[in-house]
Amino acid sequence: MGKPKLKEHIINREWCKGCGICVHFCPKNVLELDEEEKVFAHQKENCICCRLCEFRCPDLAIEVVCEEKTARGK
Amino acid sequence: MKKNIKFVQGNEACVEAALYAGLDFFAGYPITPSTEIAEHLAYRLPRVGGKFIQMEDEIASMCAIIGASLTGNKVMTATSGPGFSLMQEALGYAIMTEIPCVIVNVQRGGPSTGLPTHMSQGDVNQVRWGTHGDHAIIALSASNHQDVFAMTVDAFNLAETYRTPVVLLFDEVIGHMRERLFMPEKGEIPLVKRLRTSVKEGVDYHPYLPREDGRLPMSDFGGVHRYNVTGLFHDMWGFPSDNQKVVHELLRHLVDKINNNVDQITKFKEFYLESAETILISYGSSARSSLHVVENLRSRGEQIGLLELQTLWPFPSHIIKEKCAKAKYVIVVEMNMGQIHQSVRGAVDRPERVFLANRIDGVFITPMDIRNVMRLIQGKGV
Amino acid sequence: MLNSLLRAIEKLGLSKNEIVMVSGIGCSSRISGYVDFHTLHTIHGRALAFATGVKLSRPELNLIVPMGDGDALAIGGNHFIHAARRNIDITAIVMNNRIYGMTGGQYSPLSGYGTLATTAPYTNIDQDFDVVELSIASGASFVARTTTYHVQQMADIIRKAILHKGFSVVEILSQCPTYFGRKNKAGNAVDMLESYKTNTTSIGSKAKKENPELIERGIFAQKEIPEYCNEYNKIIKKAMKGHS
Repeated sequence: MGKPKLKEHIINREWCKGCGICVHFCPKNVLELDEEEKVFAHQKENCICCRLCEFRCPDLAIEVVCEEKTARGK
Repeated sequence: MKKNIKFVQGNEACVEAALYAGLDFFAGYPITPSTEIAEHLAYRLPRVGGKFIQMEDEIASMCAIIGASLTGNKVMTATSGPGFSLMQEALGYAIMTEIPCVIVNVQRGGPSTGLPTHMSQGDVNQVRWGTHGDHAIIALSASNHQDVFAMTVDAFNLAETYRTPVVLLFDEVIGHMRERLFMPEKGEIPLVKRLRTSVKEGVDYHPYLPREDGRLPMSDFGGVHRYNVTGLFHDMWGFPSDNQKVVHELLRHLVDKINNNVDQITKFKEFYLESAETILISYGSSARSSLHVVENLRSRGEQIGLLELQTLWPFPSHIIKEKCAKAKYVIVVEMNMGQIHQSVRGAVDRPERVFLANRIDGVFITPMDIRNVMRLIQGKGV
Repeated sequence: MLNSLLRAIEKLGLSKNEIVMVSGIGCSSRISGYVDFHTLHTIHGRALAFATGVKLSRPELNLIVPMGDGDALAIGGNHFIHAARRNIDITAIVMNNRIYGMTGGQYSPLSGYGTLATTAPYTNIDQDFDVVELSIASGASFVARTTTYHVQQMADIIRKAILHKGFSVVEILSQCPTYFGRKNKAGNAVDMLESYKTNTTSIGSKAKKENPELIERGIFAQKEIPEYCNEYNKIIKKAMKGHS
């Protein structure tokens, strides 16, 4: 098992209420709130796929989709 | 006669009838004068594979039977005045969510702790309007043990037919008195089974979409159809809604499904009503004293009859109006301050001819008490 | 909380048809409207009594009862202790936000001495319950506490609570930034989650010894005692013997 690689953040803007929990607790500062107080991934490349944002979101508004890369991968 | 005869209390007759009707689940809390119902069912229910639970209070008892009914069981609880007061909120929930259940209230004297071991019929209007908000309810009564049996079975049948709570309004005299009961054979009294949906698994089931005949097929909760049940106004899927049309139609449905079927629901008994100038109207144990008066005076040639109400709610106004049309005097005999008396006055053409013969001291009303009131009304002095 | 619950259920591999969620009234109770299980949204405080009826009549179902602190322990306190005492196999989740949120911020039995609420404008003089101690004393056979910050632990504890055969209580310290946070200057949702990180610790940790003020997280009780529905089935066998 190697490190998973980010595919994308799926954000449901309707469900996001801009509480900022995911932004604050992201260990790599990947996320930020936009001018409408909705979350967006402004530093995608830093995401380590820990999915803590997904797990902590009170409203199930963010999902982290990752690709599993094997250690011996191409 | 090979009939199976028992010599039992009214509370036991109620138990026998509930088991006859297919009771699966009972939750209750001890309270005089209804406790024997719980005691007998604690013993009897597990013998037929049913479940009995003594809950922490009457509120919990009412909630537990609603939960158990939803999973597809015939359910009942039994209580008396103070406990019935505690059940009111959950009773309203059962009305709103249309969950069949039977509640026995063996009345005692009130208000408050009142007269735990004495007789009263003071909960008649509480049954009608005890829970908040507009609604309809079915309440039945009985004056002897054979009728306790019949009305109890009827209560289960009506609960299933109309998907509604049904209250059996007995009283302390009926509950505790011992009398003969002929046990009907299996199949002798028809039983209404739960109407279950024919919608298959995986197909959309609408728990709150009435059929053309107004009935709503159920799906056992925890079974193949997942749906929401809520005490909020709700749409046909059971999801909360405050849409004006949805709210209006649901409330109309809840009231109409019962009030539009008064004729199907109503049961009563009449004794010597033909050509009666004086009509006694009574229900429950006080109908026994009333009948005694009627039979006594009939044998002396007086034109007197008795109308015994077995269905108290929905109130059978048109039957009362019709039966009393030619009477000179209508005397309501009951053990309260005139709760049915008021309804009778509202039902007849000439309310000034409706009188009340009551007793409110915890002592069973006697034929003599009724006679005394009659003499006053008829201007004969006491 | 909903998030961790769903992940716990997913991990257990339960079918949606096997799960009944019963809730009362309050913010936390609206959760039943958001999930695709059998959902019974009942009346304030009585969810456990309804759940008892469902469970005893259909013991094969998994009963999950999410409640708020007011719902579970004020109006529903009696049902809570008695369901625990019976050890009926129900998973009770107490989302403790220390306030009545739905009605706009009144104090609850878990607000605690010295807090502020719309009904305690001069500070609250009511002492609070300790949900864990109350549950253990009432006879619950599985008792745990976690917070909305500790999401991995929460999912793990909920999973174990559902698996446990008996009455399980999971207390989850949950933020109500709108009312409790604002009234008590506890900050926004983020600040409140931060406080769960800094003010709590694992059961029996070194940190707890050094700072007794810390709130412990983890599983406090997990015991095998007779479960109510199982015991009732034995009653049925006993009653039927020699009868049929």
